[in-house]
Amino acid sequence: MTPAIVATHVSKRIGPRLILRDIDLTVERGRFLTILGPNGAGKTTLLRILTGLLKPSSGRVLIDGRDLAEVPAEVRRQFGVISHHSYLYDALTARENLYFYGRLYDVPDLAARIDEVLAEVGLELFFNEPVRTFSRGMVQRLAIARAIIHRPSLLFLDEPYTGLDPQASETLSSVLNSLRGPDRAIVMITHQFDQGLAMADRVVVVVRGQIALDEAAADLTLDELNRRYRAAAGGTGDGAGAEEATR
Amino acid sequence: MSFLRKVGLLAWKDLRAEFRTKEMISAMLIFALLVIVIFAFAFDPSRDEVRSIFGGLIWVAFFFAGILGLNRSFANERLNDALHGLMLSPVDHSAIYFGKLLGTWAFMTIVEVIALPVFIVIYNYAPSGSWLLAIAVILLATLGFVAIGTFLAALTANTKASEVLLPVILFPIIIPVVIGAVEATRGVFGGLPLDDFVTWFKVLAVYDAIFIAVPFLLFEYLLEV
Repeated sequence: MTPAIVATHVSKRIGPRLILRDIDLTVERGRFLTILGPNGAGKTTLLRILTGLLKPSSGRVLIDGRDLAEVPAEVRRQFGVISHHSYLYDALTARENLYFYGRLYDVPDLAARIDEVLAEVGLELFFNEPVRTFSRGMVQRLAIARAIIHRPSLLFLDEPYTGLDPQASETLSSVLNSLRGPDRAIVMITHQFDQGLAMADRVVVVVRGQIALDEAAADLTLDELNRRYRAAAGGTGDGAGAEEATR
Repeated sequence: MSFLRKVGLLAWKDLRAEFRTKEMISAMLIFALLVIVIFAFAFDPSRDEVRSIFGGLIWVAFFFAGILGLNRSFANERLNDALHGLMLSPVDHSAIYFGKLLGTWAFMTIVEVIALPVFIVIYNYAPSGSWLLAIAVILLATLGFVAIGTFLAALTANTKASEVLLPVILFPIIIPVVIGAVEATRGVFGGLPLDDFVTWFKVLAVYDAIFIAVPFLLFEYLLEV
């Protein structure tokens, strides 16, 4: 089966800074990959390259076997992105937001699909409320509905727990777990080691623009992950990773 | 979905959001009406000399009101990082530009439809020439203004002083549209023969074409910046 993601020799240089250095990453369908790393290590840059928001300085990215650089619009149809930003419009209702994105993705039988995803994230009673009246947790659940409205085979999660209280985080984990399936790959960037490890099949740690650790989640305990993460990250703090990578 | 339908959908989203909040359009309208009132005090509306500057008066009101709309158009996309949501969807990025253009053009046209009759009543000065020509001038000039304004609004949206920066870089670029709009308006309202001001129509048409074609070609690169 074609892997969901194949990134080969991906590097990214912005000005004098080498943000990513020769990254090779393959994610199979049905797998949940968690990417960890200190601030400035290059995780978000990697995600932006995998989603086509940034072009790599070198290397290539295949999504479902298709080159992101060659058919970007078609490839973008294959994935959904859940970020700590919701990508939603506050003045529109939940239903209007989903209608808008559903039409952009040419979702067939859209009205029924909107009802389905609203029920999936537990917002069916709030379909007609403007997003600006929603709590942070509700916004994040609606952002998930937006990201899956077109039934993507690949999901990118960029620090989805940011700004959520413990109860909302738990709800989010439950919704994210329900999205797992044999045909859907999920890639999550997070700073939440416990949630990241609990959901993952595989954990990758990015440090100074390189993959410093790549392990099956089943082989790691939380303590072991913490220990190996500290060993891999060394003394890097905020922004240190990218600066180190320029040397 | 076809490119044009996606453009329409993007404009629908802006119109829907704006008609719910009315934040942008009310600010634009209040500004345009304030200009009318201030100029009515500054000049005696009944004097004939005012007629020679009437074209300038209405375009001061419309263009500066339009700046308010342009500043808001991409500011709304920055909220919740919605622009990235659009960029990640399977639409040609130039559709985002045309959707924004269409939405802002609609907002400016609404403001003009409301403010122009007020101008005409207060200054007691209706077009002596064809109303159709007057409408054509207004639509063409507004399109040229919005076409390049939308592109520059996207360019300045990520800067800290975007609301100050946009008019500073926009007005020098649209000088041909401003002059064309004022001169063609003067010709239509003054009832001059078409031959006397047809050149300004051509100027507006050519600049509209340029100001639509260039952003269409460059918008993809602009979003990557």
